[in-house]
Amino acid sequence: MESFLEVQNLQVSYRSHEHRSRPVLSGVSFGLMPGEILGVLGESGSGKSTLAASILRLLPPNGHIGNGAVFFEGKNLLQAPSEALRNIRGGRVSLIFQEPSLALHPTIRVGEQVRRVLASHQSLSRNELSERTRNVFIQLFPQDTDRILRSYPHQLSGGQRQRALIAQAIACYPAIVIADEPTAALDPVTQLEILGVFRALREQLSLAMIFITHNPALLSGFADRILVLYAGQVAEWGPAESVLRSPKHPYTRALFESLPGISTEMEKSHKTLLPVIPGNSSPASLPRKGCSFEPRCSVRMDVCKEFEPVLVDLGKKHVVSCFKYKE
Amino acid sequence: MDPILKVENLVKRYSKRSLLGPPQEFLALDSVSFALSAGTTLAIVGESGSGKSTLASCIACLETPTSGNLWFEGANLAHYAESELRKIRPQIQLIFPDPASSMNPRWSILEIVVEPLAVQGKLGRKERMLRAFSLLERVGLSADMAERPATELSGGQRQRLAIARALTLDPKILILDEALSALDCSVQAQIANLLLELQSSHGMTFLFITHDLTMAAHLADEIIVMSHGQIVEHARSAAILRNPNHEATRQLLAAVPKFSLAPGPATQP
Repeated sequence: MESFLEVQNLQVSYRSHEHRSRPVLSGVSFGLMPGEILGVLGESGSGKSTLAASILRLLPPNGHIGNGAVFFEGKNLLQAPSEALRNIRGGRVSLIFQEPSLALHPTIRVGEQVRRVLASHQSLSRNELSERTRNVFIQLFPQDTDRILRSYPHQLSGGQRQRALIAQAIACYPAIVIADEPTAALDPVTQLEILGVFRALREQLSLAMIFITHNPALLSGFADRILVLYAGQVAEWGPAESVLRSPKHPYTRALFESLPGISTEMEKSHKTLLPVIPGNSSPASLPRKGCSFEPRCSVRMDVCKEFEPVLVDLGKKHVVSCFKYKE
Repeated sequence: MDPILKVENLVKRYSKRSLLGPPQEFLALDSVSFALSAGTTLAIVGESGSGKSTLASCIACLETPTSGNLWFEGANLAHYAESELRKIRPQIQLIFPDPASSMNPRWSILEIVVEPLAVQGKLGRKERMLRAFSLLERVGLSADMAERPATELSGGQRQRLAIARALTLDPKILILDEALSALDCSVQAQIANLLLELQSSHGMTFLFITHDLTMAAHLADEIIVMSHGQIVEHARSAAILRNPNHEATRQLLAAVPKFSLAPGPATQP
């Protein structure tokens, strides 16, 4: 199958006060298949939110896309006129933000907020608009549909607010939903419930999703493929099952090993020190040349200090950016 | 061992005044009882709204319980007056989920750590500085950063600083309210290790409040599960995981994503 969203060699930088420009994404490339859930895994500063924003050209004013292309339905979104882009945003490709309490307007009923999205993308009569809005809400709130339509955001729980945001995102039946840490502010039980909602919607609407998170455990059993970002570069990209079970990049592996696990042998590891990745990934501590993970890597070699690794294809659609591997 | 903290039938009721009709009552803590032994970690887990943070505020003497007893070193804090509570508060310190919002952004790292000592009027100027430097070292922050503003720190370093500040007054109990939740996974592991080290070297007592059952099970000796203001289960960490008795515990367990790494070194292609 052909990928229908293609990100090629995306380079994004932010200007700081002193007119210095700081690269945030350097040469990120990947593709998204129709109906696929792509999990983007990265820690703070890895550029994962910048990736979401730059696909739809929603970067803050100091953000600058230096190079690259984002192909969607035959168009390069990075070069599309803003009129065309406006129709795509929220219509064909929609974005769900992290904090549901900030993304919803506090003094407009949630039903109205979804209706306005529909109204701005499609020319429908008043009755059609109301009916379409109600249909969208039925999908997300099978019970209590009418009460929630008329509620203000503050009257809803965190999970319900997140559902309302999802309603807004799917109102126009988009082809792609990009969700940036959509469950980070929720407790684990609600988190699970929202992941279930996404899975059901994928089936019903044959949506493709880019699901951005810092928590690898959330992606297990949910994502089809996983893209691991480190310091603005692709560390690893492959089928979820194989990335989670046997990660190839030293960063991915070290990250997974640092998670405490719940297992039958729990008593053995209980209250023992977790294996940690030394150092941090703040921009100041990144090396000027060579592999960006080299200073923290436990299996580094001489070559890693000097040269930047390129993506190596390991077969079965699994690629990794590390000198340990050869084609 | 004698418990350092004993909570007996603690009740906290909030009432919301309404314009018309009688005030609405909300029972945040419904007759909560447990004991915390010195040098151990007790985790309190539960969904949002289950009363975890209210319990933390009551134990830290920031909220007055509606009824019940709060025994700390032989004294019942529930009946203490404000002037007496002031002497207790330094001994029970609280760490918040987002340390950035609990620090003055214009202060240097050193000023932030010295402040509690200055407020309590403890030690001379020079001793305060020495103590601050030794605490920064203990939490893994280098002394040459001391003059820099706290805003320059990363999330993990900020949480280290928050822990250093909480330790300045030699607290008997450290309450960690979702102290790891806002951090990246790899940073969570670093801070979790710091907590374990502080406990084994200094015998610290922790009350670890979280909704992350995995981390709770890793760090805590015992786990309390709360639901709707009540303690629904209280057992040793391993027992809670092996045979959860209450529906709320089972729900929390079910929400833990199953995910395990295949064994083998990273270098094998």
